[in-house]
Amino acid sequence: MKHLILVLAMGLLAFSCGQQSAGTESTAASSAPADGGQSTVQDDASNPDVVHIAVNSKDHTTLVAALKAAEYVDALSNVGPFTVFAPTDAAFAKLPAGTVENLVKPENKETLRNILEYHVFVGVLTEKMVRDGMKLNQVNLENVTLNVKDGKITVNGANVLGIARGSNGIVYVIDGVLLPPDSK
Amino acid sequence: MKTNSLYRALSVLVILSSLIVWQGCKPKAPNTVIMGDAASKVYVAPGQYDEFYNIVSGGFNGQIGVYGIPSGRLFKILPVFSVFPESGYGYSEETKPMLNTSHGNVPWDDLHHIALSTTKGEHDGRWIFANANNTPRVARISFKSFRTEEILEIPNSGGNHSSPFITENTEYLVAGTRFSIPMGGKDVPISSYKENFKGSISFIKVNPESGRMNIEFQLRTPGFNYDLSRAGKGASHGWFFFSCYNTEQAYTLLEVNASQNDKDFIMAVNWKKAEEYLAQGKGRIEKVKYAHNIYDDKTHTATTTMKNEVTVLDVTEFPDIVYFIPCPKSPHGCDVDPTGEYIVGSGKLAAMMPVFSFTKMQNAIAAKDYEGDFNGIPVIKYESALHGEVRKAGLGPLHTEFDNKGNAYTSMFVSSEIVKWNVKTLEVLDRVPTYYSIGHLSVPGGPTSKPHGKYVIAYNKITKDRYLPTGPELTQSAQLYDISGDKMQLLLDFPTVGEPHYAESIPASLITPNSIKIYKIEENEHPYAAKGEGMARVERKGNEVHVYMTAIRSHLTPDNIEGVRVGDDVFFHVTNLEQDWDVPHGFAIRGATNAEILIMPGETQTLKYKPLATGIIPFYCTDFCSALHQEMSGYMRVSPAGSNTPLKFSTGVIEGEASGAGH
Repeated sequence: MKHLILVLAMGLLAFSCGQQSAGTESTAASSAPADGGQSTVQDDASNPDVVHIAVNSKDHTTLVAALKAAEYVDALSNVGPFTVFAPTDAAFAKLPAGTVENLVKPENKETLRNILEYHVFVGVLTEKMVRDGMKLNQVNLENVTLNVKDGKITVNGANVLGIARGSNGIVYVIDGVLLPPDSK
Repeated sequence: MKTNSLYRALSVLVILSSLIVWQGCKPKAPNTVIMGDAASKVYVAPGQYDEFYNIVSGGFNGQIGVYGIPSGRLFKILPVFSVFPESGYGYSEETKPMLNTSHGNVPWDDLHHIALSTTKGEHDGRWIFANANNTPRVARISFKSFRTEEILEIPNSGGNHSSPFITENTEYLVAGTRFSIPMGGKDVPISSYKENFKGSISFIKVNPESGRMNIEFQLRTPGFNYDLSRAGKGASHGWFFFSCYNTEQAYTLLEVNASQNDKDFIMAVNWKKAEEYLAQGKGRIEKVKYAHNIYDDKTHTATTTMKNEVTVLDVTEFPDIVYFIPCPKSPHGCDVDPTGEYIVGSGKLAAMMPVFSFTKMQNAIAAKDYEGDFNGIPVIKYESALHGEVRKAGLGPLHTEFDNKGNAYTSMFVSSEIVKWNVKTLEVLDRVPTYYSIGHLSVPGGPTSKPHGKYVIAYNKITKDRYLPTGPELTQSAQLYDISGDKMQLLLDFPTVGEPHYAESIPASLITPNSIKIYKIEENEHPYAAKGEGMARVERKGNEVHVYMTAIRSHLTPDNIEGVRVGDDVFFHVTNLEQDWDVPHGFAIRGATNAEILIMPGETQTLKYKPLATGIIPFYCTDFCSALHQEMSGYMRVSPAGSNTPLKFSTGVIEGEASGAGH
């Protein structure tokens, strides 16, 4: 857990890229509209959102790439609130060979998105609110089951390795990828 | 081999993810979304008029903003449920009663939804209706004067959210409680929700001539949250549809506990059937207390009537008034297409939207094709009422409006976009991002039987970096899109006042010919009007001093007042004698603890003032009216309590001459 926080903190430093000067921006934007989603908002004062938490983590490069491939970055940069179950790179690595490679192909965008949506709950579920056997209906409309044993939380059997609170939600770092029932 | 390919994949992904970080830091570059013609599409030349009025609720400011479309220019703020010191609304003696409730004078509310009056399902340009979400009320605003003429409190309601949606001939507007509560102020444990908490839907009859509102009846409904609503139209006229969430009947941490069920309900109400039961005397009279406030434009004064009865029909006793249709995941929007055949439920936590068919629903009711009941109310089988599902349309569908070509436009809060789809085929046709997190959206005429089409306007919840920053609180905003082609095109961002919660747009041609310019002075029936300078005077009645004052360019009559004592209640009844378009006068007096008043031509308004210390108190006209506006002022002398200073008033009288203007 300590290690994770350190990684997140380091990631945060790495991510800060300085604010645009207002003058430059307004000049540049005077003739054409801005069309970036919320993920492009320049903001180094607010707490990181759930996407930035993943982006800032060295352990979530696969997840972040998958979010990008599924064009899901802006959605998770919005106000939410979200509970995101964030599989580590090691969790993705446990999938059969070629799975991830296959999923990020453009033609599999919907499948990938469905899987990612299975990792997202609209609402902030804090650690204290988790009950053994609790079901959460995820964005893809399927349920995940949470269990608590000896104070340790699992989701569909995957272990929660750490919890990070973002500005627009909460991230549960997990050691397994959650596969929706229909894709198993 | 396996290891190698996974390694390769991951390497690619690492590079991809670095790219994201890099793009996140990229300045916003010029791009190809909108091109040059957007400017010309929203340009309204100086002195020219906009094509549409956009009547925009102000959300938590309790007001309505009037904007022009396509320019996005703000014309006016209409105070409705909140005091407005700028005009004296809620401060003047005449308008204070508008905000009376059974809880006393409630000077603020949260105005969410707009409903423009319709005849045969089409805009008729007569009235604007609006709801107060917090202390349950509905208001009627005149399209002739752009003023709030009536506010009706809703008893037996915990919060008036699913309101004030109207039937196609404005027969009724509805007021559905957002929060269920125990009726009659019962003192019970919160945990007895299932047993004691009930919903309530008020049907408010609108007088077709005067627009006056009256609670015709209330439906007592099961205890959960009633969110939004639309009336049937065409074939489904006679029905009303409500979205319901928290069918779990949770009373704490709804964010989790009200999201347990896979489906909540759309509640279909056969209000014509309810009318039949009422005609048979089946309604039960309940004792309640609520205020009905009416502004009279002849006396220029509001009066409050406290009422104490409503007629209630408990739907569990009359099972053919109400039916439930299962609808996924806490439905928010519940919108009816222009034909009246299709009802769109938007489960705000779902990634798909069911579209129900009125015909299929009727067939299901005839065949008793039910999956069960809830508190004795039939629950129609989902599939039996379903026209089809719009799948993977976007995240967080909230509201749907319609154009005149059979298309629907749904706002997606979580994925921050508008999605266009075909009502019949359910095919997603186009999507455009909004900046950011759109709530309601509005197509001109979108909720009517005859949408005007042309534009869709997004009312966003988040602005972030779209405008010059103004500290932590940023401007609220709307965005205008052209929908005349196959693809939606973003034309304009425009800032709005308050929270632009919901809005309707109406062709200016339906409004401008009827907009009044002045109030006729000869029709002024205000009891304290001075309809000429000769009638200006000051009268003492015990502790009360009544100043019958007139205002005309560029003086107030009287402008010298003596004989007022500390502790008096001084009432400045100011009549604007002008009969000239756009020449209001204002009145302000030093140390007034309320506000100023603005007085329209021909109108009388009253500011109450309580002098607390002796001295000479200046007063003046606040609305720049003429080249001698700065001269339009006067003095009031305040003497000690119990002093013998004689009551004197004048204008233009120099020391030594007779006192009393017009005497």
